[in-house]
Amino acid sequence: MRFELTVNGQPHAVDVSPDTPLLWVLRDVLNLKGTKYGCGIGQCAACTVHLNGRPIYSCQTQVQRVANGHITTIEGLSADGSHPVQRAWEQIDVPQCGYCQAGQIMAAAALLAKTPKPTDADIDAAMSGHLCRCGTYLRIREAVHKAATLATSTTMDHQRAGRTGDRE
Amino acid sequence: MHMNRRAFIRVSAMAGGGMLIAFHSRPSVLAQGRRPSGPPLEPDAFIRIDANGTVTLMAKDPEVGQGVKTMLPMLIAEELDADWAHVKVQQTDFDDTKYAAQFAGGSTATPNNWEPMRRVGAAGRQMLVAAAAQTWSVPAGECTTDAGRVLHKGSKRSLGYGELAARAAKMPVPDVETVAVKDPKEYRIIGYTTRGCDVHAIVTGQPMFGIDVTRPGMLYAAYEKCPVFGGRVVSANVDAIKQEPGVRHAFVVEGAVPEGEVVPGDPGLMPGVAIVADTWWQAQAARKKLQVQWDEGKGASQSSAGFAAKADELSKQAPANMLRHDGDVDAAFKTAAATAEGAYSYPFIAHAPLEPQNCTAHYENGHLEIWTNSQMPGPGRSLVAKTLGIPEGNITVHMLRAGGGFGRRLTNDYMVEAAWIAKAIGVPVKLLWAREDDFTNDYYRPGGFQYLKGGVDASGTLVAWQNHFVTWGHGTEYARAATLSPTEFPARYVPNYSLGVSAQELWLKTGSLRAPGSNAIAFVIQSFIDELAHAAKRDPVDFRLALLAAAPLPDAEADRQPAVRRFDAARMRGVVELVAEKSGWKTRQAEQGRALGVAFHFSHLGYFAEVADVSVSADHRVKVHKVWVAADIGSHIINPGMAESIVQGAIIDAMSELMGQEITLEQGRVVQTNYDRHPLVRMMQAPGAVEVSWLKTDHAPTGLGEPPLPPLLPAVCNAIFSATGTRVRTLPLAKSGFSWA
Repeated sequence: MRFELTVNGQPHAVDVSPDTPLLWVLRDVLNLKGTKYGCGIGQCAACTVHLNGRPIYSCQTQVQRVANGHITTIEGLSADGSHPVQRAWEQIDVPQCGYCQAGQIMAAAALLAKTPKPTDADIDAAMSGHLCRCGTYLRIREAVHKAATLATSTTMDHQRAGRTGDRE
Repeated sequence: MHMNRRAFIRVSAMAGGGMLIAFHSRPSVLAQGRRPSGPPLEPDAFIRIDANGTVTLMAKDPEVGQGVKTMLPMLIAEELDADWAHVKVQQTDFDDTKYAAQFAGGSTATPNNWEPMRRVGAAGRQMLVAAAAQTWSVPAGECTTDAGRVLHKGSKRSLGYGELAARAAKMPVPDVETVAVKDPKEYRIIGYTTRGCDVHAIVTGQPMFGIDVTRPGMLYAAYEKCPVFGGRVVSANVDAIKQEPGVRHAFVVEGAVPEGEVVPGDPGLMPGVAIVADTWWQAQAARKKLQVQWDEGKGASQSSAGFAAKADELSKQAPANMLRHDGDVDAAFKTAAATAEGAYSYPFIAHAPLEPQNCTAHYENGHLEIWTNSQMPGPGRSLVAKTLGIPEGNITVHMLRAGGGFGRRLTNDYMVEAAWIAKAIGVPVKLLWAREDDFTNDYYRPGGFQYLKGGVDASGTLVAWQNHFVTWGHGTEYARAATLSPTEFPARYVPNYSLGVSAQELWLKTGSLRAPGSNAIAFVIQSFIDELAHAAKRDPVDFRLALLAAAPLPDAEADRQPAVRRFDAARMRGVVELVAEKSGWKTRQAEQGRALGVAFHFSHLGYFAEVADVSVSADHRVKVHKVWVAADIGSHIINPGMAESIVQGAIIDAMSELMGQEITLEQGRVVQTNYDRHPLVRMMQAPGAVEVSWLKTDHAPTGLGEPPLPPLLPAVCNAIFSATGTRVRTLPLAKSGFSWA
């Protein structure tokens, strides 16, 4: 069956069976390999993407259920890795193997969009659905805090830049 | 690490004015006993310096999350005196005629490569200096280097490496064994935190893992094997499966079930049914309609309950095989002031790296191309060559990043399956296992049973230790990773010591899981040492330090080992003392339901002592508040940031093994098929902090992937005992009613 999808702002038409999980449409039809398969039963959250800004497990979401929504994957979180969460992950050097990190980053981005200054408890609650087989949880926690700081300072940088522009 | 006398360097000029530096040696030497490869050595490069100054360093080993793709090039860059900001790292393909040993296992990357990788860099630097000296007509001894440039201070001249590369390629090649290396005081890269070279690609979701490989015209395969290990296909409805949407091929693979009584390390192509479709989801969907009649074979009657009953029966008999006997254990027990006994057991567990097993292969005109994230690509290629009847020289192996290894990818079952399917269909194909395939077809960490008795004398000194180890095997041929060394501590440190072993039959794959052997042995030995400290009414740290101060009994076999492999009690005392100091062990106030526990273990050349701060609630909920780790892995921590991360991860990995992980068998089938029943620690269960202290000693650096893990399990169990009086002798803790807070 044919489905129209909006992924990372781009419209796509795909021809798959209606029960195909979004994960496999992203990976094997649209060739967006950043979203990962880990368990297939909603236990690991490696497949997390955003549907209309909210995190969902793409392995548990049939393509027919998302045809009218806006899907964002790790590839579309920013054009160049400049999202505060990505920058924080890079600065803290969070990954070991890195396989779960796309899902972790998508969850952290959704958390910060809703809760810009999360506590440790907020972070644990938002992130504990995500498995990291390498056990990088301490760094993930640190990086979410860092991202919260970067997000704030980014806003300030933009404001400063804006004022300078005004004077010119 | 002894340099191979036949090691040599070859350098070639590049078109465009660059240089290539290659370091060659017989693979057998660098790989510590691995087979020498047949073909003659060919030139290739570890270092490429382009005329524009870009330095490209080759990363030769599989990256499975241990950070080796960054760490090995750091060693080269240090001695080359490159500017890390202008270094590019490139993953090589597999070619042991060019790169010597290429594998990830046993925490060996550091000890095996510490000398040769630095010497590659040092040779390059010396040639660049020689080229500059010739250019300026000054003695080489007057030239220095700094971050990608050669300097002549006297004349205030300098040249970048890129400018020198063409001339440097023509300079005499230094002797790799005698080339001067830096005084460690001059290090600018080794010992400084360096970000993972792939971190940007990871956080932006770029394709880089084995599972991400795509090839033009590629199809996708699923492979169904018997739910009982070793089962054969009698018949399957492959003609019906071929009618399913998207399915291009469906066929039975006869495979080969290993013979003998003990399953070999990598038994090769197991029987099954291959389904190849346009997409993997279609292959999986068709698989749900697959009907296979299996001949389940001799594994079908096995059960975990049966294993436990058999172990109990064996424990009541004399050990079938005595591995060690020092002094007179029975006499010592008679005169001991106090004794303790404990029956310990631990389960089979699965590796379950987050990236399921996969491999992409393309067979065309007698040549096979493989894309894999194997930890052992060389043996994988050999297995494929043997199974498919293709010369190894006709097989190209590309190495991809792995979403975790933990020892699972030391074996190459997925590779040989993909290769077989590729040869059968003649187009590129990606085999991907479902998570359930991974859990039910693992090389499990073998469970085990250990029956211990120990005695202390009136002064509180450990005088007798007896262990009856009940494991798996046939006669004295034991299952993989199911052995216990006769030199394992406290052997030689107790005057009356005996270790006997009995084995029961097992028809299941077993293998190395991170810190193989040690991940279970440390739990038993360090828990039981705690029991004996309690029996002796001594502080657990003091009891351990006294034990480590004993003069070891002579042991000709152990003493023949190279010094680095021999257990050095003084190094262990150092980390025990350090962890006691850092954790405030001596000054800790007693608290209801909360306590510290300590343990140490030597494995993979690393000395680790750990203290866990643990509370246990009335309803048996366990919280690990903090863990202190003291480690001696030699003189340098090459990449401290990554090293700390690896230790933290190992602690959390150990907690997963401790609390909930267990693979059980019923009617020969693995019961746990996904993470819901074989749980990993989640963020909210992780410790608040893991504090790592390095005790730097005058020994060559050794590896870190494995040795931090084993002590954590007994450290937490010992803390639980101190906090509650409950001694846990059975893993996982969940079996005794514990859960995470």
